[in-house]
Amino acid sequence: MAFTPPITDVEQLKGHPALARLRDWNGNAVQGVKFDRDEMTIYLERAYIREACALLRDDAEFPFNFLSDVTCVDWYPSEPRFEVIYHLLSTVKKERVRLKVKLDGSSPVIESVTSVWPGANYFEREVFDLFGIRFTGHPYLRRLLMPEDWEGYPLRKDYPVEGYR
Amino acid sequence: MAHLTPTPVIEPVQDRTMILNMGPQHPSTHGVLRVILEIDGENVVRIMPDIGYLHTGIEKTCEAKFYQQVVPLTDRIDYLCPLTNNLCYALAVEKLLGLEIPPKAQWLRVLLNELTRINSHLVWLGTHALDIGAMTVFLYCFREREDILRLFEMVSGQRMMTSYFRIGGIALEPPLGFFDRVRDFADRFPAKVDEYENLLTGNPIWGMRTKGVARITAEDALALGATGPTLRGSGVDLDLRRDMPYSGYENFQFNVPLGKEGDVFDRYMIRVRELRESNSIVRQALDGMPEGPIKADAPKVVLPDREKMKTEMEALIYHFKIITEGFSVPAGEVYQAVESPRGEMGYYVVSDGTAKPYRVHMRAACLANLQALPKMCEGRLIADVVAAIGSIDIVLGEIDR
Repeated sequence: MAFTPPITDVEQLKGHPALARLRDWNGNAVQGVKFDRDEMTIYLERAYIREACALLRDDAEFPFNFLSDVTCVDWYPSEPRFEVIYHLLSTVKKERVRLKVKLDGSSPVIESVTSVWPGANYFEREVFDLFGIRFTGHPYLRRLLMPEDWEGYPLRKDYPVEGYR
Repeated sequence: MAHLTPTPVIEPVQDRTMILNMGPQHPSTHGVLRVILEIDGENVVRIMPDIGYLHTGIEKTCEAKFYQQVVPLTDRIDYLCPLTNNLCYALAVEKLLGLEIPPKAQWLRVLLNELTRINSHLVWLGTHALDIGAMTVFLYCFREREDILRLFEMVSGQRMMTSYFRIGGIALEPPLGFFDRVRDFADRFPAKVDEYENLLTGNPIWGMRTKGVARITAEDALALGATGPTLRGSGVDLDLRRDMPYSGYENFQFNVPLGKEGDVFDRYMIRVRELRESNSIVRQALDGMPEGPIKADAPKVVLPDREKMKTEMEALIYHFKIITEGFSVPAGEVYQAVESPRGEMGYYVVSDGTAKPYRVHMRAACLANLQALPKMCEGRLIADVVAAIGSIDIVLGEIDR
């Protein structure tokens, strides 16, 4: 079970269509990359996520036109604590790319991508419900799975598996 | 229990409309889906699905289990296709570990996956027809489903919660006579599909309830994240088994049925044709079943055979260590998607290098597909809502997790 270590050098991966497109558009948007186990991850600056998604969706040659999934990972107690993760799929080229945005525990706020893909609605509500990430510009940011009056965010790492009760 | 606020989440916008609550206990909502409708006479003005009544916190539970202990939890997410969930999770962890799966295990996985797809589509067809008023089909479908459940029981010891695919391969060799019984089923099954089609496809009442009902365009379906038959019904050609093959699907020939109109009837036709395609894949898997081991050669991950444990010291030690300490998985993350009967089912597994997953996230196909419901129903009759819900093929266990 020997592994090739992940590639994290932007220059080595600059041929990747999504990365090339994002760097042409705005060099500041891309924070870093990771190519591991045949999966491409692009770390983005928080402010650019909605525009970056719209850009990748509308790309003429290599459109990542389908949003598979939005989720989050809590890396408590390290900071920045949250990683919001977007899995994009190109239904034309049959390729996937993963976008990641890191968020501080003190202000877990990010722009919603519901204006790009209306289908992000439930995924973002679920992340809000279980992690307490706030999505600005979301049309209906209410709890999705937990009861309306639930306290705390169950999938955070400082929330015990058995709950508080 | 889930939602303590009894007031509806939407208020009527006009004087002439009223709010109607449907579910969570309603025979046509397939479990515990609650739908809040704003109606103007018989017409639906707005519709809002309300979910969460079956939330069991499986993702949180996974974080407290060893990798191999998560397998039984995955059965319980989508209880109509447990083997698809087993497969998706096993593939994700195997990708994290870098394991090579022997061909026989891959082919067995394909075989059982397609049987699961038939099983799931049969339940869908029966209940969907029952919702719209065709009682007989339900009984016919459950007759064949019983055969498949017996096959599952034969191979895994369980009818529904199979947990048959393990990380690194398959739990046990299939018993003697299993393949003969599967072949027997596969030979009989196409005639049964003809029976269902005789009852429904040309039936004028079925046509009136389904044709042109709950339409959705390809653009809308894609934007809303719909996958599986819900997306293919609108004519988008996307099937992960063919486009991004996993577990040896590249060795099989099959067609991907497509619709045109994006209505309930197209989604029905697609699933019925998928029944035949799946049956053909089952036969191909039987014909070409390779010989060889069913578990990967990775003693630190895969449990040893019982026989070896009685004769070899190492096997006993590995068994003890896997059971008590689990096995550590190299740090990293993987998103593995498979084509479940309902669409793209994805497992996102994050490892921090220990024996327990740091995060397991399931991308539920139904959750995304359910978002298409308002687009399908608004401006149509209440009776069509029932047809639309059925045509999405929702499983609340998967939606709520």
